[in-house]
Formats: sequence, structure tokens, C-alpha cells
Amino acid sequence: MRIGLFVTCLTDTLFPDTGRAVVTVLERLGHQVDFPAAQACCGQMHFNTGYRREAVPMVRGTVAAFAGYDAVVSPSASCTSMVREYYPALAGEAGDAALARAVAELVPRTWELSEYLTGVLGVTDVGAYFPHRVTYHPSCHSLRMLAVGDAPLRLLRAVRGLDLADLPDAESCCGFGGTFAVKNPDVSAAICADKVTAIRQTGAEVVCAADNSCLMHIGGALTRQRSGVATMHLAEILARTEEA
Amino acid sequence: MTAPEASGTYHPGMPTYLGMPAFPVAAAAAVADSQLRANLAHATRTIRAKRARAVAELADWEELRAAGKTIKDHTLANLDHYLLRLEENVTGAGGHVHWAQDATEANAIVAGLVRAAGTDRVVKVKSMATQEIGLNEALAAEGIAVLETDLAELIVQLGHDLPSHILVPAIHKNRAEIREIFLREMPDAPAGLTDDPRALAAAARAHLRQAFLSAKVGISGANFAIAETGSLVVVESEGNGRMCVTLPETLISVVGIEKVLPSWRDLEVFLALLPRSSTAERMNPYTSIWTGVMPGDGPEEFHLVLVDNGRTAALADRTGRQALRCIRCSACLNVCPVYERTGGHAYGSPYPGPIGAIISPQLRGVSSPSDASLPFASTLCGACYQVCPVAINIPEALVHLRAEVVDAKRGKIISPERTMFHVSGLVLGSPRLLAAAQRGASLSGRLVARSGRIRRLPRPLSAWTETRDAPAPPRESFRAWWARTRGTR
Repeated sequence: MRIGLFVTCLTDTLFPDTGRAVVTVLERLGHQVDFPAAQACCGQMHFNTGYRREAVPMVRGTVAAFAGYDAVVSPSASCTSMVREYYPALAGEAGDAALARAVAELVPRTWELSEYLTGVLGVTDVGAYFPHRVTYHPSCHSLRMLAVGDAPLRLLRAVRGLDLADLPDAESCCGFGGTFAVKNPDVSAAICADKVTAIRQTGAEVVCAADNSCLMHIGGALTRQRSGVATMHLAEILARTEEA
Repeated sequence: MTAPEASGTYHPGMPTYLGMPAFPVAAAAAVADSQLRANLAHATRTIRAKRARAVAELADWEELRAAGKTIKDHTLANLDHYLLRLEENVTGAGGHVHWAQDATEANAIVAGLVRAAGTDRVVKVKSMATQEIGLNEALAAEGIAVLETDLAELIVQLGHDLPSHILVPAIHKNRAEIREIFLREMPDAPAGLTDDPRALAAAARAHLRQAFLSAKVGISGANFAIAETGSLVVVESEGNGRMCVTLPETLISVVGIEKVLPSWRDLEVFLALLPRSSTAERMNPYTSIWTGVMPGDGPEEFHLVLVDNGRTAALADRTGRQALRCIRCSACLNVCPVYERTGGHAYGSPYPGPIGAIISPQLRGVSSPSDASLPFASTLCGACYQVCPVAINIPEALVHLRAEVVDAKRGKIISPERTMFHVSGLVLGSPRLLAAAQRGASLSGRLVARSGRIRRLPRPLSAWTETRDAPAPPRESFRAWWARTRGTR
């Protein structure tokens, strides 16, 4: 099984620990991981902001970078859903039959990390150890676009030492929404304030999610409030062991 | 919030909301209103939980939803056929059918019919189509007084306000505020009126009763129009609608052309989908259905005004047309994280919330600041799509309309945003340029960061750092780490 790590531009640029954690977890499970350096951005920000034309070259780049891998695995439900939900439409709009074929071939091989671990590899216990109180925020794209269900929670429950706290009103959005956070900053901040209140009610030391974008948003408010609650991507918790 | 003075040219679409500012501006004011936010949070959370329970009772909800979508799509694809059948059957049952291309035409037809009935007062059933065309204002300009009889619409009308929710137009008011409006604006309100909901309802009931008994003309919309039989259907809770459609001598129903359903049996699906989605009831208390006129029973004259007002244009849009499936249940408003914080007025249209953000720009175009901003008034969280009883993929339609807004400005004006997206597209699309940008960001980011966080960024990212820290770029990007430790492929 040749796994291509689709790290996403956000994680690559701002959260490299998450990328390293995905590599650690998959290698611990005995798989070979490769990082195709030709990858850049999947184009979601442009697409979601209305710059569809500008997104097409990014679709081409992503499709080309991951040609030939058995599985393409990403620590982002959001970017995975971009590939699965909107790449076919964008390829169609570009009027490029070869691109459309390549997209159709890429889509069924593309997985978000938690669904890949539980659904494809059939693993819930990845041998992790993390003795902390953790709450889980189901990001909107993992919950409603990819429908990963309780896959992340099953992975977390199997982590030794981890004390999982239920998040009130968990399925509510954190208010990030990509460029929404800067185009509608007042509303975005108001939504985030309620999410942060819910997180602080749990008494968790760490809030985790399957998307660094939401965590960047939630974390930005948590540190501004000096809450002491840390944000960690699911992969980083799964990578922890007694040794590291 | 009252309707601001009209600025610019007259638009026949939705006159009452002319001149509304862009969504972010209107929303910022709404978010700052803590009373409004408390009212909205309480109301939307309550109805959200009730709806979830009502829907969970039906094991075949997803099948019903698929059936609702399929019936609507079929009807929209054959709209010309079903509208002509509707006309034929309404006429056959003794009714009259009028066709209106836009709001101006529709309003003129209704005003003419009211004058022909020899009256200057009408009672009205709650209706979205008449809000959309600004019928009340148009009739007022003709010297015709309109009385809204739905309790919440009455509150809005008495308060010289605008509706802020499809189902609960006065959702932004709490009962203390409603009591004040009644005491101030309702001449026959009892002196010792309390804010007990039953007392408020009783005061409104007494106020409306005389009008029901004396009105010569009733005006309604319709939730559904059955092509096969020529029947009109109004679904409501209070029974005031039934008074309006049965007591006056003349009944005028103003209906959007997308409200038609092919056959009587299709109603079964929609009468299961609509009440559970909107009021979280298994069945709504009053469902009124009428077919033409019946001598000695109900109105002697019935007029159906079929309104296009932008619908045909929306129908031509492959992605956007799904908005025409909407049955106005408002489930999407109640689950929307944005609507919950802003309320409906910020959307500058009688159609607020997620569905409004895709309907208004399609009916009115994207030229005004408000309409151009509506497709962006969403986090794309998808909660609206999940609850929609006719499976309108609102996030998909939103991103589609965003492209329409962006494309409408291409080649016309120089926009800093477009330049930024063009340049960022080049950088983010190239692994080499991305790596260079990462090195630059790492250096500059660490200069301004304090303990790994950035507290202030320049515009437009200052909108982020007003309330949230930004992460400082790491010493080494993932790709740099991979290249250093694993070697490039």
C-alpha cells in the first residue's frame, strides 16, 4: 500500500507537527508514507470565495501530485471534502475530459485520516498514550460533508490514559468558515465565543478536531482569553506514546 | 429596525428593503444588540430541539425528503405544463387567474381587484409572496388599508417593523416588547394588559375579530397549488388565515409560480414534511384547502395571481434553481449559526437566513451591496442542507452564487481582493512559490510573534486579530522538514 500524504497547505505552512504526527501514526501501523513534494493548495479557499477559475490550476496540480498512490490521506476533513465534493464539478466546468477522468480516479482514493484509520485500515487502537482530559469538536466538514460519524471519537476512546469530555452543543459550527472569518468578523467572533464557552465548561486541558483550520480559529480565541486550554489536531494525540 | 429611505433607482422586487447595507455592516449592529441575541438564541435553540424530536419520530424521513425533492424537481422541469393545468382547473371551478411578471404588475392587479370589490380595507393571511412584492406598501399608496391577521405579522405591522423570520416574523421581540407595542399602537388594547402570552393573544384576537366580520376582501398566499384539481392550500397554526379565506366576499391569493404541485396525492408528502420542519408539529392545527368558488359557501369571487418576479430567471440556473424547491419551512434559519447571532433584518429581505442568502440574490440580482454580500453570509457549515425537507444543497448554491458575484465584477473595477486572490492563487498553486512564501512567513512571523502567537496583523487580516490570536509560522514548514529528513522524491 503506497500512501500519499495530502498534508494541506495550511498544515504544511503553520502546523507541521500535525503532518509529522500523521507520518508517525501510519508508520507505527506498518505503512509506508510518502510526501509528494509537487502538492501545494487544493484550491478550497479560492473556490469557496467565488474564485472558481483561479481554483482550477490548483485542482490540476493536486490531481497530478497524487497520481499513482493507492491511498491519499489527509489530516483535514475540509480539504478532503473539497476534493470529493467539488473537484468533479470544477473539472466539468473546466471542460477538460482528461482532468475529469483523473479526478474521478482520485476521488475514491482520497481519505480523511480518521476515516482511513477506522474504515480502510480497520484500526481504532493506534497504540497511543495521552494522559489528559480532552474534548472533541466535530468540525462541520467532517461531520456533515464527509460524515465521518464517530470515527474520531472511537480513536480517542482507544487512547490509553485519555479522559474524554463531552462537548456541549458539539455539532455547532465554530464560526471559522474560511474567508468568512475576515469578511464577517463580528458574526464569526460571536459564534466562536459560544464555542469557546462550551469548551471551557468541559474542564478539558485540550480541545481536538480533525481540522487545523477550525482549531486555528478556536485556538486564536482561547489564547486571546488566556484560557489555558490547548488545541491539538487529532493526529497529534494519536501520535503520542509513553515514549514521546 | 425600520426600512431605511430608498436610495437609488426603484426596484420592483422588494421595495421595503431598498437601500439595506451590506450584510457584514448590518450584522455587526445586530451582533452588538445583546437583547436581540438573547431572544434569538432562546427561540432558535428551543425550536431546533423540538424539530429534531418531531423528525426523529418518522422512520422514513429520508425517503420523504427524497420524495419531496423529486416531486419539486419534476414540477419545476415541467412548470409550463403544470401552470397551464392549474389555470385551467382554477378557471373551471369558477375562479379567475391573473399572471404577473413582476412585483409592479402583481401589485397593480391586486389593487385593481380590491377597488373593483368596492372597498378600501382588506384582511390578510400571512404570506411570503406578498412580503416579497411589497404588497402592503403598494396598496397603502393606493389608499387601501391592509390588516395583517397573523399574530406575529400583526406585531410587526403595529410596531412599524419588518419581519425577521419566515415562520416567526416577530422572533426578534420578546413578550415585554410585544406588550409595549400593543399598548402603544392598538387602540382597543385592555388597559391592564400584562405580558402573559395568553393575555397578549386574547387582546389581538379581540382586535382582529371585528375586522374579520366586516372585511369584504381577504388576501392570502398559498403553500401549495394543486394543478390537477385547481385547489389552493394554506397551512397555519392560528385559524386567522381560515377566517380570511372563508369570511370575505372576495378572496385574492398571490402565489409564486413555483408553488404548484402536480397532483392531490403529492400533498401527502408535503403535509408530512412541512409542519415537522417548521413548527415541529406532527400536523399543523389548520389546513385550509379551497377550489374555485362554491355558491353559498365561502367567498363568492376568487382570484389567483400567479407571480414570476425573478423565478423564471432562477429556473434557468442549473445550480441555483434548487432554491425554487423551498417550501418556506424555516428549518434552515433555526439551525444556522449565523442567523442565530444576527437575526433576520441583516439579510435585507423578507427571506432571511441561509435560504434567503440564495433566494434574494437570485430574485433580485447581485448588483446591490446587500445582495452581493448575501452569498458570503455563511460559514458553509452545512447544517441548513442537513435539515432542509426538500434537500436544497444550500452550501453548494452559496459557493455558486459567490462565483457569480466575483465574476460580475471581473474586468470592470480594480479590486484589491481580486488582485490578492490572483496572486495568492499563483503562490498556493506552486510548490516552489509556496515554499518560498513559507520561508518568508517564518522569518517575518517570528519577528512579530510573542510566545508563538501574533496579536495584531495588518488589514485585511486585522479583522481576524481583533478578537483572535493568529499562530506564528513555525521555524520549519512540513515540506522543509520532509526534505531535510527524508529527502525529496
